[in-house]
Amino acid sequence: MAQVSTEQVWDWLDDVPDPEIPVISLVDLGIIRDVRWEEDTLVVSVTPTYSGCPATSVINLDIETALRGHGIDKLELRRQLSPAWTTDWLSQKGRKKLEDYGIAPPQPAGGPAKCPNCGSKNLQKVSQFGSTPCKAHWRCQDCLEPFDYFKCI
Amino acid sequence: MTHDEALLQFLLRMGDNTLILGHRVSEWCGHAPVLEEDIALANTALDLIGQTQLWLGLAADVQGDGKTADDMAFLRDAWDFRNVLLVEMPNGDFGQTLMRQFLFDAWHSIMLGRLITSSDPRVAEIAEKASKEVAYHLERSGDTVVGLADGTEESHARMQAALDYLYPYVGEMFLSDATDAEMVAAGIAPDPAGLRDEYDALVGRIVDTATLTLPDGRFTHKGGRDGRMHTEHLGHLLTQMQWLQRAYPGASW
Ligand SMILES: [Zn+2]
Repeated sequence: MAQVSTEQVWDWLDDVPDPEIPVISLVDLGIIRDVRWEEDTLVVSVTPTYSGCPATSVINLDIETALRGHGIDKLELRRQLSPAWTTDWLSQKGRKKLEDYGIAPPQPAGGPAKCPNCGSKNLQKVSQFGSTPCKAHWRCQDCLEPFDYFKCI
Repeated sequence: MTHDEALLQFLLRMGDNTLILGHRVSEWCGHAPVLEEDIALANTALDLIGQTQLWLGLAADVQGDGKTADDMAFLRDAWDFRNVLLVEMPNGDFGQTLMRQFLFDAWHSIMLGRLITSSDPRVAEIAEKASKEVAYHLERSGDTVVGLADGTEESHARMQAALDYLYPYVGEMFLSDATDAEMVAAGIAPDPAGLRDEYDALVGRIVDTATLTLPDGRFTHKGGRDGRMHTEHLGHLLTQMQWLQRAYPGASW
């Protein structure tokens, strides 16, 4: 089969959901750092969100499954540590989807801008950690809903 | 000591610190006073174990005999470990666990900050990754130490007791030996002794805010980072951590 374009591969990867937050794709999450052909091998560089994130091996498996499903035979996944992943790499589309899903997107100020449920700015931090390594646990003081905040790193 | 031998020792020190502390913190899983704290402790442990995979993975590469990070973690015995004694100390109560975390996080954040400019890019990239996580750990452990110590009479007394108990283990993090001299000469890592002033300033500020009193003496227990003599606690920890590989050698899934 002729080599598909790397743009096509990026599109395919944008259909692979994050295993822990399935409303956003791996591309939205900003962890796919590079896609390139090295002779007849497709090389995809992936950076971990958190060094101990248990989803990392699932993510690699999902990438491999998706690309093999599109007919890619020779595939190599490379771990790229530097530059370290930052939430600045979340796509605008991804931030919007997070908020629609009920997860407040990361803010440089270090806390959520508003309640993803009612929009209130009257918020309280419950815990610096949440249901996954990338999230913290907050609560809205107006609608009283607890919600996840995607930590800014 | 050759350069690679010194580098291996240095990497084991970094990786064994995070491995042993990560395991200690994970012992709280399912036992913390409230759910949020349980999750926070488990997440901290997860970060530390993730960093361990990077450090010990690199240590295995440097050792060059085909071993993996898992081999390094599960198939060495107590005398092979190079963690400082502080991280193998038992959890005690919740306050003691958070005090130990704070005393380590403060050192860890300063050390990683220096390692980001290491002459060895493999060391620098691990430090860059880990330092982001550790900044978060330090913020949390520092806040919790202040919250508990500047709390009730009971919580204050427990935090002071934890500080008195653990402080004699702090000095070991700042000892220097031939391994460190080789790392300094190669531009790979700083002299640990040179981090002490920054550490004292950071810890002093939190201890003051927390209304605690730093113990006077600078006496320090030692023998962990050079493997000369660990406390009796490490062996007990390893019986738990390494149990599966000892009972079922080579088991994997
Ligand atoms: Zn609300």
